[in-house]
Amino acid sequence: MGIIKTDRLVFEYIRRDEEGNVEGITRAVDEVDLDVQKGEFVAILGHNGSGKSTLAKHINAILYPTEGSVWVDGMDTREDKDLWNIRQEAGMVFQNPDNQIIGQVVEEDVGFGPENMGVPTDEIWERVEESLKAVGMYQYRKFSPNKLSGGQKQRVSIAGVIAMHPKCIILDEPTAMLDPNGRREVVRAVRALNDVEGITVLLITHYMEEIIHADKVFVMDKGKVAMQGTPREIFSQVEKLKQLRLDVPQVTLLAHELKKSGVDLPAGILTVEELTQALEHAQKHKH
Amino acid sequence: MSIILDHVNYIYGSDTSLAVHALKDINLLIPDGQFIGLIGHTGSGKSTLVQHLNGLIKPSSGSIYFNGEDIHAQDYDKKKLRSKVGLVFQYPEHQLFEIDVFSDVCFGPKNLGLSRQETELRAYAALKQVGLEDDYFYQSPFDLSGGQKRRVAIAGVLAMKPEILVLDEPTAGLDPKGRDEILDQIAKLKEETGITVILVSHSMEDVAKYVERIIVMNQGSVMFDDMPREVFKHYKELEEVGLAAPQVTYIMQALSKKGMPVRTDVTTIAEAKEEILRVLGSGR
Amino acid sequence: MLRDITLGQYYQTDSVIHKLDPRVKLIATICFIISLFVVKSWVGYAIAAIFLAVSIKLSKVPFKYMIKGMRAIVFILLITVVFNLFLTPGEVLVSVWKIRITKEGLQTAVTMAVRLSFLIVGSSIMTLTTTPNSLTDAMEKLMKPLKVFKVPVHEVAMMMSIALRFIPILLEETDKIMKAQIARGADFESGNLIKKAKAMVPLLVPLFISAFRRANDLAMAMEARCYRGGEHRTKMKPLKYAGRDRIAYGVLAAYFAVCIVIGIYL
Repeated sequence: MGIIKTDRLVFEYIRRDEEGNVEGITRAVDEVDLDVQKGEFVAILGHNGSGKSTLAKHINAILYPTEGSVWVDGMDTREDKDLWNIRQEAGMVFQNPDNQIIGQVVEEDVGFGPENMGVPTDEIWERVEESLKAVGMYQYRKFSPNKLSGGQKQRVSIAGVIAMHPKCIILDEPTAMLDPNGRREVVRAVRALNDVEGITVLLITHYMEEIIHADKVFVMDKGKVAMQGTPREIFSQVEKLKQLRLDVPQVTLLAHELKKSGVDLPAGILTVEELTQALEHAQKHKH
Repeated sequence: MSIILDHVNYIYGSDTSLAVHALKDINLLIPDGQFIGLIGHTGSGKSTLVQHLNGLIKPSSGSIYFNGEDIHAQDYDKKKLRSKVGLVFQYPEHQLFEIDVFSDVCFGPKNLGLSRQETELRAYAALKQVGLEDDYFYQSPFDLSGGQKRRVAIAGVLAMKPEILVLDEPTAGLDPKGRDEILDQIAKLKEETGITVILVSHSMEDVAKYVERIIVMNQGSVMFDDMPREVFKHYKELEEVGLAAPQVTYIMQALSKKGMPVRTDVTTIAEAKEEILRVLGSGR
Repeated sequence: MLRDITLGQYYQTDSVIHKLDPRVKLIATICFIISLFVVKSWVGYAIAAIFLAVSIKLSKVPFKYMIKGMRAIVFILLITVVFNLFLTPGEVLVSVWKIRITKEGLQTAVTMAVRLSFLIVGSSIMTLTTTPNSLTDAMEKLMKPLKVFKVPVHEVAMMMSIALRFIPILLEETDKIMKAQIARGADFESGNLIKKAKAMVPLLVPLFISAFRRANDLAMAMEARCYRGGEHRTKMKPLKYAGRDRIAYGVLAAYFAVCIVIGIYL
């Protein structure tokens, strides 16, 4: 079993009108099977309202399945006794950078998790230092979070999670409210965690550029897994992605358009380099 | 219906040691009916600049003229100016407050002192302009999806019948489809009404498809002000200030470097496709 | 920018006062305030003034900076002084038209002015030299005995520290929503009181909604980081008394004793 596993996970919530009468039941997550291996970088894509955030909240035991099960490192999230172990092992970073920083000084915020876990004072300081260094925010440790940019705040949030020494980290649209520079900063930090520290990463996003380096991609729609595969496999299905309210990087789209017009190109081109090489090849072939 | 900014400077916190020179000697002419993209990264001064356009912020020095009149003159009617220059803030759905969508959109025209009938007519027209279906009109705005809320908020500004519409990052936080829908709607609105539109964004790719002029802001100054293809020629300088040209620009540059005789000043996928096909075709 | 309000906000520098344990500063501030009401003679005020002046000097916070943050309070101070000056009955000193200044009035006005300004400066030394977080830590620790009476000391302290973190964010948000509504023709300035109160609705509703959304998000983020109240919790920055804190307590005790003696005999 992988480090994160869901088995036919279903989550339903009841919609009520103003008087509290039941209006209907919404199935936000619909029979999702997920199996993430240790050390993997997995991306979950999906438009707003596709159920991807609801899914993420199950892994941290913030929400519990209506049907099916979720296991984190072999622990069932419905077992009360494992609750705090699960939350420590599967750290979570949320979308809004302002609404998840608790401390008024960067280092105090990073120390918040370890404090809650009852880590001894000296060790908290060690953990805070190494975590801030891992995301490149150590020189800001004495700053007030209000003085930081969005990307910096998210990196602090990530450090706050790393300080808890999790085995995997779930990022729920960490870049949605950031500008392109902030997005790059955060994605770089996340990749470093995966590459260098070997932490399993589950990145939820709707920005395609961020998932090019993922090992595995799941695309969600209406609570179900609509597509899964490597980034290349996913990006080679441009039309299907469009149907799912998503888009592809410009280079992939251009390659797709050219292919449609009869240019001989491989499917699922991801980078400018790949495209230029393929075009060069195509040109030579014609001569 | 032009706006002129004449040597506009804005400094905040000038009485403290932390004075920030947010705008530095801005000179701009915004003529009637243009579709403009205002680009810059966070802190470049673009949001501060747009708040000058409807008099929300008063410049520390310099003047702003709307239709030839100084908007900070003694007897100038600011309220009227704000109805003429409609400003849609970032995450505008956070300003919704009424019990239903329709009442919320009525807020603007009502503040202008219009009759009830005129107010409702305008609200209806504005909601149609943003493409919201009638079913939602009497729902609470808080029950709508993110994209729908944003449309309602934009309609709230459109209902004031502005001559210039300024949108501060109207697509922030939306998914790709939601982003395209909003931008398409704005382009359609521009097409149909001839309104001047200023689109504030930090994404070149988003605006390149729509606008006819791009103003690039950096550290409080105007760095470039030209047609998109001219601006993107400076892609290296743009990178130096933390911005980037659309990916197609890089593709074309890379192809050209490999010796393919393609034009490098294309700005959209459609143009790039045509250009590459032309070059590949000629080799046949 | 609303974010830059400096009223008594932490001033970062390296001084003896900054380094003192926040509990010492908290207790000292309370003692100082009490002492202002214990002494009733000029000698007493002189001693309080010396104590204050030394503290300011030691804190290394520029006096100018301290005063600047207090402009808003000067107004309240003036009103108090004026009321006392003109409205206290007693032996008339000066009389112009219907306005009379009495000897007792003058006395109370001056004492009030001295007390209030000392009180404000005194407590601002504490807030200027102590981060809000360590201040809440100090309160939590000092109020710990109240736990016996089921007072949720840890929760109260956590609430205060979260409130402090979100005040600047909410202030900025208020500013933004206000501007957005002004851009839609809202008018927050003109009209009578009722009209003004009504005009606040478009500001307050979005602000409340946003505050609740933030509270919800934050609660989730805290739980995700294993927050479960004060039990089993360790501290990154535990409060520990050092030598200088004991000295400070000694000085404080001496000062307080002198004040009480003066209060009784002079």
